[in-house]
Amino acid sequence: MILQALAFYVFAAITVAAAAMVVVSRNPVYSVLFLILAFFNAAGLFLLIGAEFIAMILVIVYVGAVAVLFLFVVMMLDINLTELREGFLDYFPVGALIGAVLFAELLLGVGIIGAGSTTVAGLNAHGAQVMAIENTRAIGRVLYTQYFYLFQVAGLVLLVAMIGAIVLTLRSRPGVRRQKAVDQINRSKEQSITVVKVPTRGGV
Amino acid sequence: MYADLITFFTTNWLGMAIVMLAQCLAVTVPLLVAVAYMTYVDRKVWASIQLRRGPNVVGPFGLLQPFADGLKLVLKETIVPSSANGILFIIAPMIAFMTALVAWAVVPFDDGWVIADINVGILYLFAISSLGVYGIIIAGWASNSKYAFLGALRSAAQMVSYEVSIGFVLITVLLCVGSLNLSHVVLAQSGWFWNWFWLPLLPMFVIFFISALAETNRTPFDLPMSEAELVAGFHTEYSAMTFGLFFLGEYANMILLSALGAVLFLGGWHSPIPYAPFTLVPGVVWFALKIAFLLFIFSWTKGTLPRYRYDQLMRLGWKVFLPVSLGWVVLTAAVLTFGGWLPKP
Repeated sequence: MILQALAFYVFAAITVAAAAMVVVSRNPVYSVLFLILAFFNAAGLFLLIGAEFIAMILVIVYVGAVAVLFLFVVMMLDINLTELREGFLDYFPVGALIGAVLFAELLLGVGIIGAGSTTVAGLNAHGAQVMAIENTRAIGRVLYTQYFYLFQVAGLVLLVAMIGAIVLTLRSRPGVRRQKAVDQINRSKEQSITVVKVPTRGGV
Repeated sequence: MYADLITFFTTNWLGMAIVMLAQCLAVTVPLLVAVAYMTYVDRKVWASIQLRRGPNVVGPFGLLQPFADGLKLVLKETIVPSSANGILFIIAPMIAFMTALVAWAVVPFDDGWVIADINVGILYLFAISSLGVYGIIIAGWASNSKYAFLGALRSAAQMVSYEVSIGFVLITVLLCVGSLNLSHVVLAQSGWFWNWFWLPLLPMFVIFFISALAETNRTPFDLPMSEAELVAGFHTEYSAMTFGLFFLGEYANMILLSALGAVLFLGGWHSPIPYAPFTLVPGVVWFALKIAFLLFIFSWTKGTLPRYRYDQLMRLGWKVFLPVSLGWVVLTAAVLTFGGWLPKP
């Protein structure tokens, strides 16, 4: 038990510190790397409460895919670091406000303010009930039965977002030469090679 | 005395820590030896494909060549370019090497021979293999060199693309098994060798192997370090042991993906024929033989095929493998559901 408490404080402290460094650090690439560290330690926290499925999904989706794309974009940006720091005081109140709202919502959800909120109590009861089976199976059981329509709606939202991203970035530029695999494969010897008899000293 | 020792190693935290350390060493040391000899076998296989002799000077049949190479890398000077980002430049090879090693924690070598027998073994492996890209991308950025950076970008795009199809391959296998535990995956494939998943899921096995080639940046997908265009890609600026860590990590990753292939499709520790002379051979040996077989195909591919063009690589990943593997997931699920073969929980 002591070991678990120790692990919790280590993971929690690193998560908070890394999250702070995401905002504070001067170089955006460092920010993304600290964000990855924060994700990782959050996954560790999930492991500690026995939610191994969510921990792994967090690492696979956020660390393995989303953060790679962040890093990908941020590394290619040509950023003037001093320019980036200039607007800090202007944006700070807005950022603080958003943070405060999120924090208040989190407190509401956990039930410190809205005491004994039904959702958490319900979740706890449900959790105790499913603890007997491994949590991947437990999630699978409720996700595709009880929450089937919500699951489908979430899928549709993602589909719409995906189509939106494609529509925003797809543009047809005229005059671009493309590699057409079918044409390249279907090329025959007759089309591409001509055998020429070159006369001596004449050239082609 | 004997009972005392057992209580010490199973209840005392110090004893348990010693056991854990011993387990880690029991996996890591043979793995590193395997990595060393994989470099040797790799070179011998290419040599015989190209009608050469390969390494044959250091030791009998050149068997000590990997250690000579390792010693050379250790003794050379580690050069950090003056314009490079010092900390990240050193951390990157460590990440690349470490991710290749920690994944081995969940690989079952025999019935019960696994360090961490966790319920989400497949997801853990998938998560760790998706981290491997960080070592490369950080190396490319921290080197502050255009060749390294281009190599890193290529590699990141390539690994992210092929991970998608590997994910779907894993989903088909776990649909047939009904568990995310790698030991259960192997146990589901007991019996004759045609009961292993390579035959019922043959297209997925092929997709898995090709994606594994892309995932480990091996020929014909070695664009991140294609020497004709990018000098050496993401590790252009690396020297001595920092380069050595990348090199070892790459081979450890190859062996890891071969092991994953053996677990998912070739029946892990099971013998191909479930009768006496074959079942007497320990499961570890069968597992090692299956890994060796897949590794040989890795070398064979490298000795045979020319390098892909970058657009062909992306086309194959997104326009061929993704739809095919997605369709196969749906097909497998349909066959299992309507055929009544769904594994019982």
